[in-house]
Parts: sequence; C-alpha cells; structure tokens
Amino acid sequence: MSMIDGLIDYLRGNEKKTAVVAKERLQIILAHERAGRGTATPDYLPALQEELMAVIAKYIHVDRDSFKVQLEKHDQYDVLELNITLPDKMNAR
Amino acid sequence: MAKVIVVTSGKGGVGKTTTSASFSSGLAMRGNKTVVIDFDVGLRNLDLIMGCERRVVYDIINVINGEVSLKQALIKDKNCDNLFILPASQTRDKDALNLEGVERILDELKESFDYIVCDSPAGIESGAFTAMYFADEALVVTNPEVSSVRDSDRILGILAAKSKRAVEGLEPVKEHLLVTRYDPKRVNSGAMLSVVDIQEILRIPLLGVIPESESVLQASNSGTPAIHLEKSDVAEAYRDVVGRFMGEDLPMRFINEKAGFFKRLLGGN
Repeated sequence: MSMIDGLIDYLRGNEKKTAVVAKERLQIILAHERAGRGTATPDYLPALQEELMAVIAKYIHVDRDSFKVQLEKHDQYDVLELNITLPDKMNAR
Repeated sequence: MAKVIVVTSGKGGVGKTTTSASFSSGLAMRGNKTVVIDFDVGLRNLDLIMGCERRVVYDIINVINGEVSLKQALIKDKNCDNLFILPASQTRDKDALNLEGVERILDELKESFDYIVCDSPAGIESGAFTAMYFADEALVVTNPEVSSVRDSDRILGILAAKSKRAVEGLEPVKEHLLVTRYDPKRVNSGAMLSVVDIQEILRIPLLGVIPESESVLQASNSGTPAIHLEKSDVAEAYRDVVGRFMGEDLPMRFINEKAGFFKRLLGGN
C-alpha cells in the first residue's frame, strides 16, 4: 500500500476500528465466562477423575496426561466425557 | 412501598458515586423522600460529592452497633428538602458492615422513605455484596471500555445468583444499564464502543447515557451533585435518567455527535 493509499484510508477511516475489536473480544470472553458461571465445574469432578483413573490403571497402564474427564453443558443435557489415550502397545497386566 | 436501588459497577472510577449523588438528588427534586447510603466503609466519598463532609458526625457503623439512632446519623442534604445522606464509616473495618445490621437499617428507613439508594463500593467483596444484597432494582454503571463492560457483566451475574431476591426465589432484581463518560465523537470514529454495542453485550434495558464532560469534575470540586449544574449536558442527562426511572418515555439524548461546521460541509454523518 502506498503512502497515498494509506493517507486516503486514514482520511476515510478505513483502518480496522478498535471499537469493533473491543466488541468481538468482549463477546468471546463473556460467552466463556457466562458458560462457567453458576454452573461451574462440579466439586466431584477431580475426585471422580482420580477414582476412574485408579480403576483403569488396574488393567491398563496409562499416563496421567492421557486421561481427561470433562463435563460439557448443553441446553437440554450435559455430557460427561471420559477421554483416555491408550499407549501404542497396551501393557495389559 | 419503599424501593431499594443499588448503584453498582464492579469496576472502580466509572461514576458510581457521581451517579448515586445525582440520581438520589433527582428523585428528591421530584418530591420523593429519598435517602442515599454510602456502603464504601473505609473509603467514604459520597459525603464529599454531596458537599456535606463537614457535617458528618455519626455513620452507618455507629447505627449498626446501636451507638446512635438512625435519626442522629442521617444528614439532611443542603440542596434538596427530601434528601438525606447516611455516610459510611471512614475508620472502621469493612467487615463491620454485616447483613443483619444493614437489613435492620433498611427496614427502618423503608418506614419513612420512598427510595433508598445504595452507593456500592468497587469490587465484588463484602462491601459491594452487602450493598446489592437487598436491592429491588440496580443501576449498573458502565463506561464504554472493555474492562468496565466485563466487570458489569460479572456484577449482573452476581445480582442474578446471590442477591436476596435470587436466593429467596423472588422476582429478580430489576436491572438498568447506565452508560457514563460517553463520547459520541469517538464512537463515530470507531474508537469507542457504542451504546448499542454495550447493550448488545450486556443485554439489559438502557436507562440512560451520560456524556463525558468537564462539568463532572467541576461538580465534585464544589461538592454539588452534577444534576444541579446549570446549562450542563450531564445535568440534563441525569434528569432524563430520573424521569425514565419514574416511568416517563424520554428520547435518548447526547448519544450523537454535535454536528460541526466542517462535518456538515463534508457531508459526514
């Protein structure tokens, strides 16, 4: 963009408006914060994760990092998601 | 039935005390018996904004502790006959303000006042919580700026979940958006969130827009609520706010840039 184009853009006000950026950022962060509000992660999730992990570990050797328990909120229902990445060669006991 | 109105925002410095002072004055000017309470224990400032700082003898903590009667602690406003101020304590700890004590005071005030305006401290800790807990209605003061809008959203969440009305399952606290320090010129140039943007994000009814103005500082300098200033946009905007609050259908003013000579010449909008 030549300097003249830049000047014309500046005079016309074509550069990205910061108010637009502000609005987009607010909409994203507030959607996130509202989702967590009131319906925050239930207290039992960490304990549940520990117990489930202990059970799985009896049969399969899994990394702590490859084990995830998540609760997703939807309008009509919640989804409890258990995600375990199994090692390449299962170390069955 | 007396109404309890909290003036709140989460963020500091957005105009809660300025609004509390002008809003309560406006209610009183319309003949309503009004009391305005400073909940900012340890950092009281409503007395300065109302210009009654030298007449403070007792405060809300003295009343809660039963050391003086409510009547002894109330200060009559110098501008309005129907307005009284209940100052916060400047020396005590903020934890001295307990819910039971505040409820007792509010119940007693409800017997003789039409409106009880609670000027909340900033933040979301005990002082702010106590100020909003008993509210029937809330004025959420917001600047057109990201951190203020986010904090207002947080406060709205707390009002909806933790106020007495929410806890007891009564009709929810009636929320009003008040946008302050608004600069239409910067909005038009795309450098400031518009009142429409803020409303879209916070999703509560707009009660009014107070323009950014030098006269707010002049008002606080002299200890006169801004609503009393002559020929001031801010004063008129606050009078509109009070009118709308009382149920009048008034158009929004001060949301458009005053068209200058060059702007008209260039055909800008």
